[in-house]
Amino acid sequence: MNYSGALTAISVALLLAGCGSEADSTQARGPDPKLPEAQRGLLPSMKIAEPVAWGDSKPTVPQGYTISAIATDLAIPRQTLVLPNGDILVAEGRGGSAAKLKPKDVIASYIKAKGNTQVKGGNRLTLLRDADGDGTYELKTVFAENLNAPYGLAYADSKLYVANQDALVRFDYTDGQTKASAAPTKLADLPSAINHHWTKSLAISDDGRYLYVGIGSNSNVTERGMEVEIDRAMVWQIDAETGAHKPYATGIRNPTALTIQPGTGQLWAVVNERDELGPDLVPDYLSSVREGQFYGWPYSYWGQNVDPRAQPQNPEKVAAAVKPDYSLGSHVAALGVDFSIPAMGEKFAQGAFVGEHGSWNRDNPVGYKVIFVPFAGDKPAGEPIDFATGFRGDDGKTRGRPVGVTVDPRGALIIADDLANTIWRVTPSR
Amino acid sequence: MTTTTQLAYRHRPGPLHAIFLAGTVPLFLGGLLSDIAYYQSYQIQWSNFAAWLIAGALVFCGLALLCALINLVRAEHKGGRPVVYFLLLLVTWVLGLVNAFEHAKDAWAVMPSGLILSVIVTALALIAAWVGLTNLRSGGVR
Repeated sequence: MNYSGALTAISVALLLAGCGSEADSTQARGPDPKLPEAQRGLLPSMKIAEPVAWGDSKPTVPQGYTISAIATDLAIPRQTLVLPNGDILVAEGRGGSAAKLKPKDVIASYIKAKGNTQVKGGNRLTLLRDADGDGTYELKTVFAENLNAPYGLAYADSKLYVANQDALVRFDYTDGQTKASAAPTKLADLPSAINHHWTKSLAISDDGRYLYVGIGSNSNVTERGMEVEIDRAMVWQIDAETGAHKPYATGIRNPTALTIQPGTGQLWAVVNERDELGPDLVPDYLSSVREGQFYGWPYSYWGQNVDPRAQPQNPEKVAAAVKPDYSLGSHVAALGVDFSIPAMGEKFAQGAFVGEHGSWNRDNPVGYKVIFVPFAGDKPAGEPIDFATGFRGDDGKTRGRPVGVTVDPRGALIIADDLANTIWRVTPSR
Repeated sequence: MTTTTQLAYRHRPGPLHAIFLAGTVPLFLGGLLSDIAYYQSYQIQWSNFAAWLIAGALVFCGLALLCALINLVRAEHKGGRPVVYFLLLLVTWVLGLVNAFEHAKDAWAVMPSGLILSVIVTALALIAAWVGLTNLRSGGVR
């Protein structure tokens, strides 16, 4: 690889930075993580995935489960949606238009790009169909194109909602349709200036009345100024009829995936927290998103831990910040979440699957897998369990990076892999 | 007297060397002033300005350092003012690089270390340029 030299140079720089960091199993995970002191060397730790093809290998899944690639050669698949007839929709694209403001931005964006796919984003929805239910998705066709970095997907009452990076749009959908009958209707504009964290995650309430859109911050921690953070780092509630919106919960740095908990109807999110405070800060989290609550960003993290980088400070906001429900570990980059169902097998019947894209700001990489967070009584309980691993091999090379995870009611987990441009499907062996 | 003049002439920065050396000063100074503005206003754009000015200063300072090194290697008598000048410039550049990394931190994480380093580096750059360009004057009488 022509950039391995550059990566070696970075590794040397990392030694200068002198941050030791352990594997993820020792990271503070669970409802009440013990957080270390903030630290940062002269250079931020950067360890970038070195991509290689899967070849004949596949992700590793628990015994009694099988995994297969049901679609390949996609154009950056991010999130998926299982339609009522079992068809799968895949949102493909890459967004963001953040200008490089500092010399650091130029260098860091170059390095980070090495760990991502070189494919151009599709800006489309692809439909996958397995008509005979044999697990092979024989039909792969473009459902809609000319979208703007589509990411969040939701369906209710014959309507298909797509969260582009700049707007929430709606398609009319009839069962069995393989191509959108018309261009989508815009329901609401979404904040899109700069779009540092461009992904707009989406969920819809059980009654189909409200849509929830996750809007990430425009910076790591206000380094583009507070003015550009208006209407950012929050979850919007949008009326499905009128398109009117209101902030539902705030201070959520980057809510990359939203889902509704079956039974309770409660909104849950996975959230990516801030970087450059050391290898074990700040934990990304899985949390219920409660209306009207403030989750800390940028003034504090995990409750009242003040982040002095956000100035001027705001002690009132710090005091008001609530703690998230469950730490996934720092820098894992959770980008997908969905609740499980009994059809996924006894061990994984109650809980949530989380897709972890994997770290960059950590010497000892973490994430790069799909985990299962067990629930008991509507709340996360116990240590997470690895569900699909091997995206980053023991050889230190990265074959895939999980993004969206979706539970198929027929008993399967759909995993979008935006490095290998593949959709994986994991099923209990029967 | 002849030998001293000749020595001084050998160490004397050429026009390009002088431009690099002199350019270092206002760039580091601009970085310092921007840091002060950010420190007082919390307006992030000042911090962006500082980061770029320091990066520019490192380019100029680095080229001046290279010229100084070449002059030092070519000098028959390696000592005295040329060595002091070279070492001053080297320290300026190294601390300037550390300062650039400090300025790569996000938002207020630059403060106060970035501001303190900017003060030190600007002062060093000024002294190094003063020492370096004094040779110009002594070499003027040929």
